[in-house]
Amino acid sequence: MPSSAALLWRQYRFERRLFWRNRSAAFFNFLLPLIFLALFGAIVHGHQNELDVIVPGIAGMSVMSTTFTALAYNLTFLREQGVLKRIRGTPLPSGVYLAGLALNAVTNTAIQIGIVVVAGRLFFNLGWPPQPLALVVFVLVGVAAFALLGAALSHAIPSFDSAPAVINGVFVPVILISGVFFDVKHVPGFLRDIAQALPLEPLINGLTGGMVAHHGDIGHHLTALAVLGVWGLVAVVLAVRGFSWDARRG
Amino acid sequence: MESNQPAIEVRELRKSYGDLEAVRGIEFCVQRGEIYGLLGPNGAGKTSTVEILEGYRQRSSGEVSVLGYDPTERPRELRARVGIVLQSSGIYAHATVAEVLRHFAHFYPHPRDVDEVIELTGLLEKRDVRTRTLSGGQRRRLDLALALVGDPELIFLDEPTTGFDPAARRGAWQTIRSLRDLGKTVLLTTHYLDEAQELADRVAIIKGGRILAEGSPSELGVGAGSRYRVAYANGDGEAKVIETDDPTTLLHALTGEALARGETLRSLSVTRPSLEDVYLELTADA
Repeated sequence: MPSSAALLWRQYRFERRLFWRNRSAAFFNFLLPLIFLALFGAIVHGHQNELDVIVPGIAGMSVMSTTFTALAYNLTFLREQGVLKRIRGTPLPSGVYLAGLALNAVTNTAIQIGIVVVAGRLFFNLGWPPQPLALVVFVLVGVAAFALLGAALSHAIPSFDSAPAVINGVFVPVILISGVFFDVKHVPGFLRDIAQALPLEPLINGLTGGMVAHHGDIGHHLTALAVLGVWGLVAVVLAVRGFSWDARRG
Repeated sequence: MESNQPAIEVRELRKSYGDLEAVRGIEFCVQRGEIYGLLGPNGAGKTSTVEILEGYRQRSSGEVSVLGYDPTERPRELRARVGIVLQSSGIYAHATVAEVLRHFAHFYPHPRDVDEVIELTGLLEKRDVRTRTLSGGQRRRLDLALALVGDPELIFLDEPTTGFDPAARRGAWQTIRSLRDLGKTVLLTTHYLDEAQELADRVAIIKGGRILAEGSPSELGVGAGSRYRVAYANGDGEAKVIETDDPTTLLHALTGEALARGETLRSLSVTRPSLEDVYLELTADA
């Protein structure tokens, strides 16, 4: 029987190849953070303190969109189309298949974070990340938490038609209150409390430490890391419970 | 395992969904190299039964063995020896036919040659096109190709020709017959009589979660419970139909009486019920 490692590598390469082949999806995936950066860079041009907020904010949004949004959408699609069920009937281990999907998503995260970091260096005076450890740790924990939350959300989506509404219904409010486009200090108190209890604000908090000078090393962001970690653990349970390989029936 | 052991054994199988009992004590055996048909109307319990055998659903009670394994545990060794064609299932839309087949072939320890499978399923012209451009019938052939690429001993075909035009059905039947020539065991579900008659070595007629009759298509037509039908028109031209288990005695009596009265029995016929008659009679709503 083929080894799991070999199968995972093959599955991952196959998913990557097909990802690039769907040109419009691939194009928007990488253009979107650049468009946001260009727009907000133009809006707050010359105000370095605001750029210092927006660049890590968009990095956080990239983590969320490449994992949470993409996996909630893909898993719903694959489930409703019967791809999951078909795969389930082959000797490919289910864990290998799901890991392939997750690695495919995480590769997009890495590419987008790379784009944001380079753009921050070239166009927004951020320099190279001053705390690479904080950046890497927060990206890794963030990716794990948001990927699992995306899988969990897909369980709550009854059909592929309703996927965009449900996913955007979560994604848009969360990015608005979590300080992607403005300093979370300017958000009303109760909304700020909500944002800080959700996973995106803590992620952006840590990414700010990683990407912007003088925002503290990882030791200054341990509370944020803890909140994100708890979300990750909750997400494991939510993602595993209620996972369905079969399309929802009428 | 012993090669003379049946490929599939099902005993006292039951499956409930809440209060609804979809499968109510089904029993059957599929021998190796046999094409076995589960024939019944929609909602008869065919798909529930097959999906338990495929490992997709848990049974409520009963015993099930597929190639000597309990399918509920979904052992990888079993999945490597079984091919499944589901009623509907999606596939990588942006990959070509050959790419998808090559990818799936890597899942299996001893796959078949991809080009051979493409040829067997009649997809040669579509080899290098993306799967999303395939027609419904071609998609179905790709489903079959994906089920065959691992060179399975046992193949599950769940309503393989639903939605096909007549020519495409003939083509699919030809392919399924060729599976028998390859020595494969096939469990086929269908609600088409002609499909069961055409393909299956043995058929179980299933309705309301129970098997109502089992046998070869020709046996079922004349088997237990089915009767000869004698039809004629009497002296007044009135049409008569009599069902009997013993047509010889009945005909002797009828013709004797007619001769004694100096009449002829016009339009006399003796027919045995076809599989279709049996099926319609068994599955008719009371």
